[in-house]
Amino acid sequence: MSVSVRIPTILRTYTDGAAEVTADPGEGATLADLLETLDKSYPGLKGRVLDDAGNLRRFVNVYVGDEDVRFAEGLATPTPAGASVSVIPAVAGGC
Amino acid sequence: MTLLNAPAPSATAFGNAVALSCRECGTRFELGAAYACEECFGPLEVLYDVPRLTRERIESGPQSIWRYRDLLPVPADVAAHPGLQPGWTKLVKADNLARELGVRSLWVKDDSGNPTHSFKDRVVAVALSAARQLGFTTVGCASTGNLANAVAAAAARAGLRSVVFVPSNLEAGKTVTTAVYGGTLVAVEGNYDDVNRLCSEVAGDQPWGFVNINLRPYYAEGSKTVGYEVAEQLGWHLPEQVVAPVASGSLLTKVDKGFTELGKAGLVEPTPYKVFGAQATGCSPVAQAFRAGADIVKPVRPDTIAKSLAIGNPADGPYALDVVRRTGGAIADVSDEEVVEGIRQLARTEGIFAETAGGVTLAVAKKLLAEGLLDPDAETVLLNTGDGLKTLDAVAPVVGPTATIAPSYDAFQKAGLA
Repeated sequence: MSVSVRIPTILRTYTDGAAEVTADPGEGATLADLLETLDKSYPGLKGRVLDDAGNLRRFVNVYVGDEDVRFAEGLATPTPAGASVSVIPAVAGGC
Repeated sequence: MTLLNAPAPSATAFGNAVALSCRECGTRFELGAAYACEECFGPLEVLYDVPRLTRERIESGPQSIWRYRDLLPVPADVAAHPGLQPGWTKLVKADNLARELGVRSLWVKDDSGNPTHSFKDRVVAVALSAARQLGFTTVGCASTGNLANAVAAAAARAGLRSVVFVPSNLEAGKTVTTAVYGGTLVAVEGNYDDVNRLCSEVAGDQPWGFVNINLRPYYAEGSKTVGYEVAEQLGWHLPEQVVAPVASGSLLTKVDKGFTELGKAGLVEPTPYKVFGAQATGCSPVAQAFRAGADIVKPVRPDTIAKSLAIGNPADGPYALDVVRRTGGAIADVSDEEVVEGIRQLARTEGIFAETAGGVTLAVAKKLLAEGLLDPDAETVLLNTGDGLKTLDAVAPVVGPTATIAPSYDAFQKAGLA
C-alpha cells in the first residue's frame, strides 16, 4: 500500500496540476524517505520543501495524518502504508 | 498566480502597489491571489512605488484607514465602495494607569472602537478591496473570532458571500457576533492551527478569497494603519516604545513597517523606537524563542484564556523576533491570572474594557517594567486590539455586584455602601 500526499497549489507545477499524489517509499519509511521517493516521480519537489541544508523550510508545514511533524520526529517521522500526508504553507492569523 | 476565470485586475486596482515580493528570497510575483513564494514558501508582501506624500494630503482624507490609501494596495476611490470604514480609533492618554505603573507618559491605542470592535476591521477592509479587484464573490477566513466578526460584517456590507471557519470552542460572544451577520459560519472541532490547516486546503481548491490565506499580502498591510495612526495622533512623531500582542506576529511586524515607512516618506522624523511583544504563557512560542535566542519558533499546543492569541504555529513569528531584536525590544509572556488582572486594571483605571489580548498586553508591559526592559521615562503606547464584551467569560468569574440588597433604603444603609 502506498502513502497519499496532498500538494499545495504552489507545488502543483511539479505534479502536472495534481492536488493529490501517491508514493510507495516502502516498509519502515520516514518522511525523508517519502520525499526522496516523491522526488523521483516529480523531480524538484523535494528541493522546494527542504532547504539547502536538508531541513524543512521554516514556512512550510507537513502533517502526517493529523500530526504536524514538528510535534513528532520531523523528517524522521514514520510514514506507514496508508498514511495521508499534507504539505501546507504557513498561514497568517490572529494579531 | 491569478484566479482562474476571473477578469484581470485593472492597472489601478492596487493603487501604488507594483508587485508581490518574497520576504525570504526576494523573488517577485505579479499582484494577484498569491501568498506563498513558489521558490521557498516564504510569505509574500506588497511592494510599492509611492509618490511624494504630504501630511496635509493625509489629514484631508477621511477619518478612517482610507486616509492612508496612498500607502495601501487599494484603488484611489476605495472609500467610495460599500465598506465599514474602520480605523481612526482613539489614542487614549492613560494618565491614571501611567500613575499606577510609574510610567511618565502612556497611551492606549484602543482598537475596540472599530466597527466590529477589533483591529481586524482594518485588515479585512484592505483584503476585501483586493477581493473585489480580483473578482472574488466569496470571501472566507480561518479565525479565532475577531477576524470572523470582521469578515462576516464587511462581507454583508459589501454584498459578498462569506464562509468563515473558527474553532468550535470559541467564546460565545464571538460566535454570536459572527453568526448575526448571516454568512456561513463553520465551527471546526479542533484548535486554531487545525482550522488554519483546513482552510489552507480549502483555499487551494475553491475559488474563494480567504483573507488570511490567498489574500494575505493585502490583508497584512491593513495592520500598518495602526502604526500610521499612532504617529499621526501623537502629532506626527513616533513613540519611543510600543507594546503589541503577538499571535501570528503579523500586527507587531506591520506596526514596525508603518513606522519605518512614515520615516522614509519624510512624514515623521525617523527617530528610534522599540517594539515589544506580548504573549500568554499558555501559548508563548515566540516569547520562548526570544528567551532562547533562537531564530526558529517551535510550535506549541495552546492552552490559555487568551484565545485570540492562541496560535501555536505563528506564521510571522520569525519576523516578530527580527523586529524586537532590531529595535531593542523584547517579547515576554504572562499567566492567565495576570491577563485577567490586566483587563481589570485597564478597566478600573481608564474605563477601557479590553479583550483578553489587551489584558495580555498590559500585563506584559507591567512585567517588562519590573524587569527593567521597558523604560518608565519613555513615551509608551500599548495596543488594545479588541473589546472585552467579546470575552466576558475571562472576567465573569471574578467580577460582580459589590452587594445584592433588598429594594429599601434601610437595606442600602445596612450594606454599608454610603
